[in-house]
Amino acid sequence: MTALAVSAAPSRWWHSRAVLRFINHRLALLGLAMITLLTLACVLGPYLLPYDSLYIDLRARFAPPMTGHHYLGTDPLGRDLAARLLMAGRISLLVGFSAMLLSIVIGALVGVIAGYRGGWIGAVLMRTVDGFLSFPSIFLVLALAAALRPSPIMITIIIAITKWMEVARIVEAEVRSLREREFVQAGRMLGLSGTHIMFREILPNAMGPIIVAASLTVARAILLEAYISFLGYGIQPPLPSWGNMLNGAQQYLASAPWLAIIPGAAITIAVTSFNFIGDGLRDALDVRDDHI
Amino acid sequence: MRGFLLNRLSQSLALLVIVSIIGFTILSLIPGGPLSQFARDPGMTQQDIERLAEQLGLNRPLWIQYFDWAWRLVQGDWGRSLRDGTYVLSVIGRHLFATFLLMGTSTVIAIAIGTWIGIRGATHRYSLFDYLATIGAMVALSIPTFWFGLVGIYVFTLKLGWVPAGNMYTIGDGSVLDYLHHLILPSVVLSLVHVAIWSRYMRTATLDAISQDFVKTARAKGVSERRILLKHVVGNALLPMITLAGVQLPSILTGALVTETVFTWPGMGRLFLDSLGYSDYPVVMGLLMFSAILVILGNLIADIVVAIVDPRIRLG
Repeated sequence: MTALAVSAAPSRWWHSRAVLRFINHRLALLGLAMITLLTLACVLGPYLLPYDSLYIDLRARFAPPMTGHHYLGTDPLGRDLAARLLMAGRISLLVGFSAMLLSIVIGALVGVIAGYRGGWIGAVLMRTVDGFLSFPSIFLVLALAAALRPSPIMITIIIAITKWMEVARIVEAEVRSLREREFVQAGRMLGLSGTHIMFREILPNAMGPIIVAASLTVARAILLEAYISFLGYGIQPPLPSWGNMLNGAQQYLASAPWLAIIPGAAITIAVTSFNFIGDGLRDALDVRDDHI
Repeated sequence: MRGFLLNRLSQSLALLVIVSIIGFTILSLIPGGPLSQFARDPGMTQQDIERLAEQLGLNRPLWIQYFDWAWRLVQGDWGRSLRDGTYVLSVIGRHLFATFLLMGTSTVIAIAIGTWIGIRGATHRYSLFDYLATIGAMVALSIPTFWFGLVGIYVFTLKLGWVPAGNMYTIGDGSVLDYLHHLILPSVVLSLVHVAIWSRYMRTATLDAISQDFVKTARAKGVSERRILLKHVVGNALLPMITLAGVQLPSILTGALVTETVFTWPGMGRLFLDSLGYSDYPVVMGLLMFSAILVILGNLIADIVVAIVDPRIRLG
């Protein structure tokens, strides 16, 4: 029923039906290729470019793309846009990915406990999920970011705090449906502890939906980081992120449109890739199609 | 129906309590509390701050503070703005119209276009149109709203000069036509994500409806395809969409906040950001609670409407 169950028959994991179906999904492969290239560029690129991302050169301000070795032009302080874009990519991708991991951990923890224990503990936990879902996430994130000091780690935590609910709901539903199954009853009869049953027996069976939610959560976390950094409450300069590169780009829209267009395109490419991958994983892992 | 209403109402009330606890907790996370603004004033001594904290009851246990705050919230006392001393509710009230105008227009656009794309995608399943709509929706969901807004301003204001770059009306004009002229670009920008979501859900709902027995019956009776689509399929497919409209409220509000910033639109989103900039926490808190209440109310109304339209839910 999930990837783990399917992989019992074939001898190698890359022969499994889930992997084959993912490979057949062209958009997912395209997404995977794009995100691999983007990550490689962000990791290796800054070493290959002739300019440092923080090097200010007031003689070269507002250079349009393809002037000299400034392949993407320069910003209002004459810093090389290509170098900044790639350094920003490191931060944005890292924040997005870590926020996803953290929110998956929180969501899985809450979901498993709520689903397995049930009763009033489950009710309180799931109503808390509903409560968090009632706030428009950006209002919550901005209020938190303004109150706490916005370091990259804090931003990651804040994003995770507002993005864990979906995973919690998925895991809770899955665990609730598995709770009375034979293998769980067998575990109980063998005298396994509740923690062991919850995390070692039941949770692995919910891995399919969690993986799909994970890839979509990365996409949303990158977007959310971009939103709050654009509004000035996220990653703080001089540290570049895709969002804060766009902060202030609006006033130069007429004279230097590349300042706004290029970082936004990078965000769109990264987020689209993760959405494509998520879509492919959903097909491959046979997850019920109740989101888009 | 009465049992259903009571049940649903009590659920919403319980949710409101939880939401207020979350909101209050976040408020109390702020280092220095509501007095942090005054603590920065060089005219304030440490003694003044302590006296103020005593006056406002900030040194009481947190749960007592919560009940005090919640009780005043229920009575309609949402506090006063730290910026100009006006009541929080009246500040919010002044910014409601602009946000509702923007959200309403973009929702109408999203529903109209999204419904059309969704139905066409379902009736022409696996056609080129369907594929392009699917990919387009995924890309649309990945575009940051503020960037789409900036590109929109660049193309339609700076290059083509068709629409103004921001604000809700021209000072000294303010006719309906002028409002509409200013409304076009921001509402289209805000609707993009929702066109995508709406069209995906509409496609699924239409496919569900098409495979139902009553459609086969209608075909067997010789009803024309056009009539089947309009009378049997679309009506049933739109039913789950009512719930979706409620569920999508938080994300529309999120989008509105960003869109208002880009287009200097005088709504609640701009108010929220301005208040954050001034550390005007009573207004920030008020907006946080207000948006949550709006979302809960929206979901409640959507559920009640569905129950009225669909007897299976209120009876089952």
